[in-house]
Amino acid sequence: MKVLYFAWVRERVGKADEMLEPPTEIRTVAEFMRWLSGRGEEYAHAFENGQVIRVAIDKTHAKPDALIAGAREIAFFPPMTGG
Amino acid sequence: MTTTIRLQQEDFDAAAEATALTRGRTSIGAVVTFTGICRGGERGESVAAMTLEHYPGMAEAEIARHVEEAKGRWPLLGVTVIHRYGRLVPGDNIVLVVTAAAHRGEAFAAAEFLIDYLKTSAPFWKQEERSDGKTWVDAKSTDDAAAARWSRVPRKPEAAE
Repeated sequence: MKVLYFAWVRERVGKADEMLEPPTEIRTVAEFMRWLSGRGEEYAHAFENGQVIRVAIDKTHAKPDALIAGAREIAFFPPMTGG
Repeated sequence: MTTTIRLQQEDFDAAAEATALTRGRTSIGAVVTFTGICRGGERGESVAAMTLEHYPGMAEAEIARHVEEAKGRWPLLGVTVIHRYGRLVPGDNIVLVVTAAAHRGEAFAAAEFLIDYLKTSAPFWKQEERSDGKTWVDAKSTDDAAAARWSRVPRKPEAAE
């Protein structure tokens, strides 16, 4: 699936997007974030305060317990500051 | 009901957008425009510029979702939302919300509802440029509170005459 990062999450990870296939035992958004954190120092830094990071599945806001099965696109970003 | 949603780097003209929304439509009795502008200072510190990042596709979808929600709550005759992205300097326009209705009550309420939700749920992020470098703007709890109060307002209120 396509994974996107925005704002300071993007800066910390060091890339705007990438294609990733998490193992099948990774079922929820929260589990996916924990799995990402283990991918390297830059990911650990980006997700160190995982509770503040917001998530969208296929361009719709999703909660930490949302299931990722079937998702084409998952985005991670800080709380929004537009308007 | 006319809906226009645009994300763009270039500036917008609030008066021209309001005129375009209401021209030739005599059922409209009230039009409210809200323009958000880039401030030159924040908490006593001067801001040289800000850059707005957004999530293409989701930003339009989130705005459209809230316009639909507003249409369900108030009898609106038109809505225009324009949000800029890219680098902006103090004095530049950031965001425009225009609402048109038969009466002022629903136009004011819908405009406030839309900007409150845009700030907390449309995927945009501001980065400020100051003398000491670039800083991502933190989300404000006051903005969350402003959006949350709408969840206590009953849906489909009676239209005020």
